[in-house]
Amino acid sequence: MSAKTLERLKERFGDAVVGTHSQHGDDTAVVARERVREVLSFLRDDPDLLYNFPSDLTCVDYYGREPRFEVVYHLYSLAKKQRVRVKCRVPEEDPTIDSVVSLYPAFNWFEREVWDMYGIKFNGHPDLRRLFMYESFQGHALRKDYPKDKRQPLVRREGQS
Amino acid sequence: MGLEFTTSRLADAISWARKFSLFTYPFVTACCGMEFMAVAGPKHDIARFGAEFPRFSPRQADLLMIVGTVTEKMGPVLHRIYEQMAEPKWVIAFGVCASTGGFYQNYNTMPGADQVVPVDVYIPGCPPRPEQVLDALVLLQNRIQRKEGWNQRRILADAGVKKLPVAR
Amino acid sequence: METRKIVLGQKNVADLDEELPTEPMKINMGPSHPAMHGTIRMVLTLDGERVRDADIEMGYMHRCFEKEAEHATFQQIFPYADRLNYVSPMLNNVGWAMAVEKLLGIAKAIPERAEYIRVIVGEMSRISDHLTCVGASAMELGAFTPFLYLIKAREWVWALLEEISGARLTHSYVRIGGVVADMPPGWADKSLDTLKKIEQALDDSEALLTRNRIFRDRMEGVGVSSAEAAIADGWSGPCLRSTGVAYDVRKDAPYSVYDRFEFDVPVGTRGDNYDRYLVRLYEIKQSIRILRQAFAQAPAGEILMPDYRVTLPPKKQVYNTIEGMIAHFKLIMDGIRVPAGEAYSYTEGGNGELGFYVVSDGTGRPFRAHCRAPCYPILQSIPRQINGALVSDIVPTFGMVNYIAGECER
Repeated sequence: MSAKTLERLKERFGDAVVGTHSQHGDDTAVVARERVREVLSFLRDDPDLLYNFPSDLTCVDYYGREPRFEVVYHLYSLAKKQRVRVKCRVPEEDPTIDSVVSLYPAFNWFEREVWDMYGIKFNGHPDLRRLFMYESFQGHALRKDYPKDKRQPLVRREGQS
Repeated sequence: MGLEFTTSRLADAISWARKFSLFTYPFVTACCGMEFMAVAGPKHDIARFGAEFPRFSPRQADLLMIVGTVTEKMGPVLHRIYEQMAEPKWVIAFGVCASTGGFYQNYNTMPGADQVVPVDVYIPGCPPRPEQVLDALVLLQNRIQRKEGWNQRRILADAGVKKLPVAR
Repeated sequence: METRKIVLGQKNVADLDEELPTEPMKINMGPSHPAMHGTIRMVLTLDGERVRDADIEMGYMHRCFEKEAEHATFQQIFPYADRLNYVSPMLNNVGWAMAVEKLLGIAKAIPERAEYIRVIVGEMSRISDHLTCVGASAMELGAFTPFLYLIKAREWVWALLEEISGARLTHSYVRIGGVVADMPPGWADKSLDTLKKIEQALDDSEALLTRNRIFRDRMEGVGVSSAEAAIADGWSGPCLRSTGVAYDVRKDAPYSVYDRFEFDVPVGTRGDNYDRYLVRLYEIKQSIRILRQAFAQAPAGEILMPDYRVTLPPKKQVYNTIEGMIAHFKLIMDGIRVPAGEAYSYTEGGNGELGFYVVSDGTGRPFRAHCRAPCYPILQSIPRQINGALVSDIVPTFGMVNYIAGECER
């Protein structure tokens, strides 16, 4: 489908592209996190690729693996009708990655959500604060080591636990 | 017969008027809101029971209908709205999420709105059928008549009444 | 000091033009909203009636779909998925089923009748979604009668869906590998009759709204967005189509059996609220068109894949054969064994591109299940649309964006 995309990425960025696969028809490229802005900028602006639609930005916590987190970008090209997934591995000791809000304004809230839920800081984000949870919430909720049931209530009636 | 008869008949008449003219504050959050719209719609008409007008200011409402999931983040807001309502006031927890948290057991879902406000009638269902909601409304109206709501009991206790009505 | 002379009865017009000093005021709108839109908090900075800045704070309906999904089996997630976009639950059900089927690699093996039924119930859910959106928005502008007509029409759709799935609103009807129950006898004819009645109710509402002076004044030219800004902001669905971009997942990347139907994709021109209203209205009509074709084309057959590693065996086998009992036990206790991998599957939800990104580690529970909500990026760009508009313009803009809290905040 967009195998051409993966080839173009590999020839342009060489060893910054750590790996590629096309499982279930989804073309995926794993990219070094320092080059993510360049890669996404190339994907958006190259006249043969034109991935101008920001579809999704999320993160997966591979607890126990090094590097622990993986930030996943899904892009779509309205003109060429093809999709690509770009993944960047982010280690736990230095959970930072460059923000791509200047390339795709839609990713503003997506990056805030990843900060809120996983604790990954996006360098250059205009307004990185929690999105879903309240400011006084401790911890990052979607990490695998945060228990599902651990509530941090703001108010409780007298007589309730 | 005498003064007690007149005042108790007057009190009953006032309760009758209150129960048939409930002004609801629909604290709508989630999916149950769709069923609330259906209850207010033409097929299952809540206006027949007097509870037609939603009053979107807590100052003007006397029935707080908590429709849908209450999250921990929403807790202070719910508390504030309850405190802003004038007495006597009643609370209906509409749906299992508002009653006990539903099937959500996680870090942001409050296990029921009664963690924050005292609830008079719980309506189970996910979402409850409109007929269930109307049944609950009739149940609440009967309780209002017999002065069994939490807030009404508190008012009576403050006035010095020793034997408070117990909800049946 | 000079005393100013005034003559009673005479207006000194120059005094009236004097500019009074003003300062912007910060007020809070929400999170308990009068409109049935769920829970969103906006902190508005107002200059008189004009909005200078808006900051949206969400999270009041965050019900942790993604965390719950990591602890539930693949089949147990259907009720959670239902409650994402709760006005069109069948579309979410179908989206989740397709995501898991993509990971399993059985997307082509779903029985044809099941695919047709999925399209039928999905389009009915889409009709219900658009009816609710248009009805609630009209009510917020003061038009109570179209609300009642459209809710009446929605009740008919819900009665049909209740007959086939058992529940009016949160159906949990689709299964991985098909759907759980076949169409009851006579349901197809009843549905076709209902479609005629829905068209009648739509005509009644249209007569009250589409050429109504007040409605048009409030909706036209309000909440305008250009196509480039909409694409950069990640919009999809009716909102993007109202700006002129004809992106519909059912046409651009046809899934299920959508390529067998003839339908149009309504596209607007100006990207304002009035265009969004018209796009939704015409989409209901196109959905009715698809439904008529689907009912005519649906073949007979089974409605669940007969592969008992994925679907539950029929009760007769569960109670009488040991293989059936073991298959049932394993599917319920462990969940479907999905091979390790990741997949992103996207469908056309009520509000746009509804995507599910599922990562599996080989067990019966997803390792990560992420939902790409279509109204999430649209909500993000609401401040851009209401900047400089009046406070009363916020109401139709919010209404026509069709922000569904369950989906946006998952």
